[in-house]
Amino acid sequence: MSILVYAEHDNESLKTETNKLVHAASAAGDDITVLVVGENCGAVAQAAAKITGVSKVLVADNVAYAHQLAENVADLVVELAASYTHVFAAATTTGKNFMPRVAALLDVAQISDIIKVESADTFVRPIYAGNAIATVQSSDSVKIVTVRAASFDAAANDGGACVENVDIVKVSEKSSFVSAELTVSERPELSAADVIISGGRGMQNGENFSLLHGIADKLGAAIGASRAAVDAGFVSNDMQVGQTGKIVAPNLYIAVGLSGAIQHLAGMKDSKVIVAINKDEEAPIFQVADYGLVGDLFDILPQLEAAL
Amino acid sequence: MKILVPIKRAIDYNVKVRVKSDNSDVDLNNVKMAINPFCEIAVEEAIRLKEKGIATEIIVVSIGPKAVQEQIRTGLALGADRAVHIETDAVLDSLQIAKLLKTVVDKELPDLVILGKQAIDSDNNQTGQMLAALTGMPQGTFASEVSVANGKVNVTREIDGGLQTVSLTLPAVVTTDLRLNEPRYASLPNIMKAKRKPIDVISAADLGVNLSSNIKLLKVMAPEQRKGGVKVADVAELVAKLKNEAKVIS
Repeated sequence: MSILVYAEHDNESLKTETNKLVHAASAAGDDITVLVVGENCGAVAQAAAKITGVSKVLVADNVAYAHQLAENVADLVVELAASYTHVFAAATTTGKNFMPRVAALLDVAQISDIIKVESADTFVRPIYAGNAIATVQSSDSVKIVTVRAASFDAAANDGGACVENVDIVKVSEKSSFVSAELTVSERPELSAADVIISGGRGMQNGENFSLLHGIADKLGAAIGASRAAVDAGFVSNDMQVGQTGKIVAPNLYIAVGLSGAIQHLAGMKDSKVIVAINKDEEAPIFQVADYGLVGDLFDILPQLEAAL
Repeated sequence: MKILVPIKRAIDYNVKVRVKSDNSDVDLNNVKMAINPFCEIAVEEAIRLKEKGIATEIIVVSIGPKAVQEQIRTGLALGADRAVHIETDAVLDSLQIAKLLKTVVDKELPDLVILGKQAIDSDNNQTGQMLAALTGMPQGTFASEVSVANGKVNVTREIDGGLQTVSLTLPAVVTTDLRLNEPRYASLPNIMKAKRKPIDVISAADLGVNLSSNIKLLKVMAPEQRKGGVKVADVAELVAKLKNEAKVIS
């Protein structure tokens, strides 16, 4: 088995999702190549070469790949895929964007969002927002797989793979990058955080999310939100945890003023410890919480910040 | 400008699905079905483009057994002009769906294809991207804003770090995210009118697409249930438990 792992990065730094992908890939086979696609991403490639279990790093460094547009990336991966039995990418908005194109161009199926590798051809994935868990087997010649990184441990960083350049350049004339509005935050990213504190509709407005800031700072936590809070315009979409937002599994998840709709639970129920703070003691979030505190979040949050 | 909107019949989003006792699949007997929520957003976006005078015709297409005509009628009641039903009882993967949709694209030559980003049953998030690849179209996935002008469509996409805008030449594929719009309800007169709108029924078997899949569903299990824990009386007890019992904070 030879597995091509698509590195998750922002041209500057390698994301821990990549280590988790490598760990997932190691359950399918032991010949693992990491592909870094970007522009001026040499540091990312060097970081990828250190991941334990990686035998080779390929770098496609070109302006055409600066924003990892699906059209260009897919054509590149399709050309490389012939040498591999599997292609793994994270089920992030990058992987979800280009991987189905790769699968279609190779005339094979894609297996999305796996949470477990049973064997080289058998994978486990949630369906129906995590209300059912399917085990699927693929007889395709190359397995195109996206991985829910939160479900896997990260491979360590004590390797020393060689780095090779790939000079294949694919440029679609039909698609171009216009602009990006990226959220800048000093806090950890949701997908990488050990602790997450999330607010729901009970926060009442965007300003009140500042009540979470002090607690997040003390715990080194990322701040998330329910879909209701995002739809109400309290906070931006990239903070959404849930079936259609980010899927997270931190050590500690603190849910504040959010009811626990199944779409939200789908995004966080694999957290190690869940704390719920809600004034409605019937809220479904309490059914999954290890520790529930019934009360008014506007009283509780300042007390919590002071107690930490 | 012509817009094609593929839609999927899926479990109603308010229904909690159960796994069959023999673990062969989920149990959809007597379960309320509806148009997949993301597909409904796709229909709504097409209608808004028509109301702005940008689109001239909206065609909805759905693939599946006769029952999908319920969702097709919903699409027509919301404002689509006509429909295509590709009839099949086969259980299809995204790749076969995309190949069937490509036959409709080849025939209808739409300027824009708008799809939901994923269906809430299989949660695959594949069909739009696969259709784009097979038809050679550029794609704008997870759209929260769509604007069409001068033979191009600008799509603002919801990505993990925030928002990204791409410019695509038409024809193009767009897949919808939740915040693109809020779908309207169909009015009673429009529901009545929809009954007279034409549905072109085609058998999937006649389209020359190999409908067999290389993915085998081995089993479907209920997820491990997380047990509810304890209620704590106050913040002091909570912090003590997190420190001493769960040991997740220090």
